[in-house]
Amino acid sequence: MASVPALKPTNTLVHQLGLAVVEMTVAVGDLALFGGQVVRLILTGLPRRGVMTQTFYEIGVRSIPVVGVTGLFIGMVLAIQAYDQFHFLHMETKLGAAINASLVRELGPTLAAVMLAGRVGSAMAAELGTMRVTEQIDALKALGANPVQYLVVPRFLACFLLIPLLTAIADTIGILGGWVIGSQVLGIDSFYWWLHSKEFIAIYDVQCGLTKSFFFGGAIALISCYQGFHCGAGAEGVGQASTRSFVWSFIAILVLDFFLGVFQSGLYYVLWPDPISLF
Amino acid sequence: MSIDFSHFDLSAAAFGEPVIELRGMSRAFGTQTVLRDISLEVQRGETLAVIGESGCGKSVMLKIMMKMLEPSRGDVDWFGKSLRQRAELDIHRDRLKFGYLFQSAALFDSMTVLENVAFGLRQNTQMSDAQITQIVHDRLKDVGLPMTAASKKPAELSGGMKKRVGLARALALNPEIVLYDEPTTGLDPIMTDIINELILRTRERQPVTSIVVTHEMSTVRKVADRVVMLYPLSRLQPDEPQIVFDGTAAEAFSTSDPRVSQFVHGQARERLQELAAA
Repeated sequence: MASVPALKPTNTLVHQLGLAVVEMTVAVGDLALFGGQVVRLILTGLPRRGVMTQTFYEIGVRSIPVVGVTGLFIGMVLAIQAYDQFHFLHMETKLGAAINASLVRELGPTLAAVMLAGRVGSAMAAELGTMRVTEQIDALKALGANPVQYLVVPRFLACFLLIPLLTAIADTIGILGGWVIGSQVLGIDSFYWWLHSKEFIAIYDVQCGLTKSFFFGGAIALISCYQGFHCGAGAEGVGQASTRSFVWSFIAILVLDFFLGVFQSGLYYVLWPDPISLF
Repeated sequence: MSIDFSHFDLSAAAFGEPVIELRGMSRAFGTQTVLRDISLEVQRGETLAVIGESGCGKSVMLKIMMKMLEPSRGDVDWFGKSLRQRAELDIHRDRLKFGYLFQSAALFDSMTVLENVAFGLRQNTQMSDAQITQIVHDRLKDVGLPMTAASKKPAELSGGMKKRVGLARALALNPEIVLYDEPTTGLDPIMTDIINELILRTRERQPVTSIVVTHEMSTVRKVADRVVMLYPLSRLQPDEPQIVFDGTAAEAFSTSDPRVSQFVHGQARERLQELAAA
């Protein structure tokens, strides 16, 4: 782990800013080294099947209700809120296309990832932080286990592989939620709802959303496990690690979303140069 | 012609070669130095008690011996070979010769007692489940725990039981060296004596080297062949060694050095005057 030089700057804004930048750079470097270690350990060997199964169950299966509820309400809220604008333009039947496109490409992956950063990320940081504080991580080392391999690798793989699946579930339930409100409450014809959705949403849109969620899953796992492994002493340290893991995961999701969005849009115009239109 | 043996440390000469050696080892956390220029050999088969005030670096030294912490300066040898010159795999192999009883027992709270004790065996051997279960039962029996405890979670155990499970887990892989970090802290006198007896019994059953970090003088009297006392750096001059005593338990209790005698007899004296002055 890299270390911050023992700086004692004069207490001016410039010095404080400089120190913050140095600390941030060191933290990013540490996180990158941590990520490199995790990838190296994945390539050299996985933990026992029982450990992996348990972690996959905790992170994947037990998150289904949370992402399901998230997706459902996003779809329903979008339908309620966007209906008036589409109605004003006499384009109600295109509402489904707009809702489904925004769900699969942007809102589904991003909001599902944020929910999982809260449910899974904070729990991982708190669990590993408690293990650090109570010397359980040292005990793993003492018993011949590599703590990163035993604790982080299964969590990283579970987040990396299962968050895209959870995102797909959130997307599907969100699409159904939007359709139920659109067709049953707002009276939009289901035939045109799905027809325009099919016309407007390409496989590329679904791929973009799911590709993003791989990155979100990896970022949530790395940030949360890193915070847990480097948590301060006592209950306060564990609490701070848990909070930091959510805040930094949230920021990472937004930053990744922006850059991946830019990249994917650019890639789209390289692959399909003709512009697309809703009309 | 007569030979003068008086310069030999007879307590050490009674045992084998050094299994752990610290050479000029220092450790700092940020700007605070906790251990300074420590040189110490632990001989095969001996039971070394490390005593000293809270915060003087005893547990840190134990973790450095086990390579759970890195020294800031100096070197650590295991079985005569420097850890700096060893490959990671070699260190991992030799680490399995160590057992470590943590101060808080550090049991994995998501696992049962059986899974805790079996952990090292599952992680490092190819034994069948039946063999592992048998060893776990043997170890639990060694530390005086009933088989009914095997299915319990650590949260369901008392402090003394946790320590005994921790000891059973530390001994599961038949270690050559056992490190005890304050094994009796927080226990009642009867349980303290039981743990002391277990330390002795472990040594009788198999030839292990033991290092016991403790504040408990009954433990020192009962189990220690040799006693080392660390002194807090804040109370030492820059040129004074941090190990202020290295001798037998009997010598520790009869020494004229006030720093040692006040500690082993539990007399605050100057410390009370310092408190009053503050």
